[in-house]
Amino acid sequence: MEKAEFLLEMNNITKEFPGVKALDDVSLKVRPGSVHALMGENGAGKSTLMKCLFGIYSPDAGEIFLDGEKASISSSNDALKSGISMIHQELHPVPFRSVMENIWLGRFPTKGIGPIQFIDHKKMFTDTENLFKDLDIDLNPETLVGKLSVSKIQSIEIAKAVSFHSRVIVMDEPTSSLTSVEVEHLFRIIRDLRSRGVAIIYISHKMEEILAISDEVTIMRDGKKIGTWPAAELTTDLIISKMVGRELTSRFPERFNVPGEVYMKVEGLTSPEERSFKDVSFELRRGEVLGIGGLVGAQRTEVIEALFGLRALKSGTISIKGKDVTINSPKDAKKHGMALLTEERRVTGIFPVLSVHENGAIANLHRYQKPYFLLNSKKKKVEVDKMIEKLRTKTPTTKTLIMNLSGGNQQKVLLARWLLTEPEILLLDEPTRGIDVGAKFEIYSIIADLAQQGKSIIMISSEMPELLGMSDRVMVMSEGRLTGILEGEQATETEVMRLAAQH
Amino acid sequence: MNVKKAQSFVTQNAIYIVLVLLIMGIIIYDPNFMSINTLRDVLIQSSTRVIIALGVAFILITAGTDLSAGRVVGFTAVISASMLQIPDYSRRFFPDLPQVEVILPIAIAIIAGLLCGLINGIVVSKLHVPPFIATLGTMLIVYGLNSLYFDMDPNQSQPIGGLRPDFTKIGSGFIGSGQYSIPYIVLIALAVAAIVWVVFNKTKLGKNMYAIGGNMQAAKVSGIDVSKNLIYIYAIAGALYGLAGVLEAARTGGATNNYGNMYELDAIAACVVGGVSTTGGIGTVPGVLVGVIIFTLINYGLTFIGISPYYQLIIKGLIIIAAVAFDMRKYSSKK
Repeated sequence: MEKAEFLLEMNNITKEFPGVKALDDVSLKVRPGSVHALMGENGAGKSTLMKCLFGIYSPDAGEIFLDGEKASISSSNDALKSGISMIHQELHPVPFRSVMENIWLGRFPTKGIGPIQFIDHKKMFTDTENLFKDLDIDLNPETLVGKLSVSKIQSIEIAKAVSFHSRVIVMDEPTSSLTSVEVEHLFRIIRDLRSRGVAIIYISHKMEEILAISDEVTIMRDGKKIGTWPAAELTTDLIISKMVGRELTSRFPERFNVPGEVYMKVEGLTSPEERSFKDVSFELRRGEVLGIGGLVGAQRTEVIEALFGLRALKSGTISIKGKDVTINSPKDAKKHGMALLTEERRVTGIFPVLSVHENGAIANLHRYQKPYFLLNSKKKKVEVDKMIEKLRTKTPTTKTLIMNLSGGNQQKVLLARWLLTEPEILLLDEPTRGIDVGAKFEIYSIIADLAQQGKSIIMISSEMPELLGMSDRVMVMSEGRLTGILEGEQATETEVMRLAAQH
Repeated sequence: MNVKKAQSFVTQNAIYIVLVLLIMGIIIYDPNFMSINTLRDVLIQSSTRVIIALGVAFILITAGTDLSAGRVVGFTAVISASMLQIPDYSRRFFPDLPQVEVILPIAIAIIAGLLCGLINGIVVSKLHVPPFIATLGTMLIVYGLNSLYFDMDPNQSQPIGGLRPDFTKIGSGFIGSGQYSIPYIVLIALAVAAIVWVVFNKTKLGKNMYAIGGNMQAAKVSGIDVSKNLIYIYAIAGALYGLAGVLEAARTGGATNNYGNMYELDAIAACVVGGVSTTGGIGTVPGVLVGVIIFTLINYGLTFIGISPYYQLIIKGLIIIAAVAFDMRKYSSKK
């Protein structure tokens, strides 16, 4: 049989949702044994296209061909059976079961006679061991998944895909939660798979990685395919200009903020949990952006959660404007002028079934109270909607359910929510994760603006250019300890990495 | 395009379509069903159920559930009735109780309901017991307390009767006259619905309620005191059940400890039919009203055309399952 030039062809795919044309006549052709990057702003249609491939959505028009033959995929099961696997951006393993059970879920090896079958744990163990050896993954098949880092969970997902003998593996933002060491490991696995003839569709915003690992790049914008190019012909600037349709001279806005006096002082913050943060002390000045860098597991999120009253402290003091404060709940934190944008907006940020407007208003209701428990609906509507618009949130109306918005726009609504509380201190945890280039720039501009107004901002970021490009000072944490605070010329990628890997 | 739109309309509103068809079927079977008297009877029967359903709606919207509603209704019916009997009734609950202002036993009963709700709220939010289990427990406890009270000397579990006319008037009186008279009880239900609507839509508590049900974690991060709000919500629901119990005693002219048995199931079913999502964050007062009326219409209509109550149970069960099945389709994976 003649081998088709393309392992996978998605031809003329169209998909509409109420009010939104997510995909408009998009065609994607992927060669066997290649890494094909799929890029585009959030809302460009990348995830939607892949969900059509994987049977999660059914396209309104268009066809899918595998190895030259028409494929009919109406469920994830069909996709898996046809040799297509997807490693989602948000992973959902079964936390209370072991690694090997997660991999073989639904296909447990059994032994027995006739209809009486028992699960063959021994075989499952050795099968898993072999799988891991093959892919050079260092993991015990019996470990409980709930205790593993995101990177390890991802490795499990890849092993699972390989165990299905998948020939097309889609990876959606695979490195968003990985350290650079883990990224290298991932790339090793990808190159290995590629040499075996597997096609990998790699969705990511990270230009440097895309240029490092892909063979071809397809760029989408507003539901349409702009084009496909060999990676060798592309540069970061070229990609950006094609993605946003305009020249972007700089990734980060110019900043005019001048850090002033110390606004908040934190001393000896220690978590009651043994393996969490210990003895963290730093100062936060007015009008500054203090970045926090570190590897996954450095406990940065845990520290700012403690500052915001979401986590208990064993010891340590927090003082604002020279006075000691006790913060036992987010309500207290708000009273002291703090705001928190959490790391995972879907889990702890948005109210999916509520409208954009209500999502924006929720933290600020006390400002709209009239006597007798009533809310001043008019004032609320005007102020909240104005802020949402000010941040250039793309939404059909503010009555739209927030779950229908793209990640970047959801993040903007959350920012609006907190800006309405008129905070003095903003705690931002990975504020631009999973957000397209255009929206990222807008969020950077907002941050720069806030700093110029004299607000104090703490920003956790795992994206080195972002960390170095946006911070006035960079604080680095490693395994729960503060390993250093870098300023000015000292703040280089190498220095940050060195401090981040110290423990 | 139009086929798709029609399909989507049917899925979104499937349950209403089925129920409308059912009602039309009843009318075709016996056209006498369509009359002002029927409407009035249905509204009267709906009234206390509306109040209970609104209480349950508060809790469903927070992604909780309240299995104790019915027993609280029974409890407060008994409490209010036990203190509002005419002086020369032969089997008085409290033989030496003086005649007090009608409002006093009513207030006591409603406060008893509120306390039951308060306990539910504290158990759920401070002890972190899942609402299903918490209210399962209070359901049994309240029934036990009610039965003990009901069994006290000298009553010894006799049905409480001989209620004062100034009390029963609330349940059976009406304004206007003749065919178009409007029962007090219907007006009370409408007033409660209006107030609950204001709470849901125009107060901080209402917004907090939707937020807690929509994403409890995000609500915490936004600065909402989830515990405090849940306690208020369960307490308010308890007060509503209390009011419903009082009205049931007034309407029927009596009370036993078995009043309210399984009322919460009807209330939850009516809420779900009316668009309140069991997964939280979604629900409206008009929806609950429609749900209750449809349910009562069907109850009433099936009895009207002579269908055995046992068939009615089966039909009710099917409606409940269908309502939630369609509800799940609406908000789960969109294809």
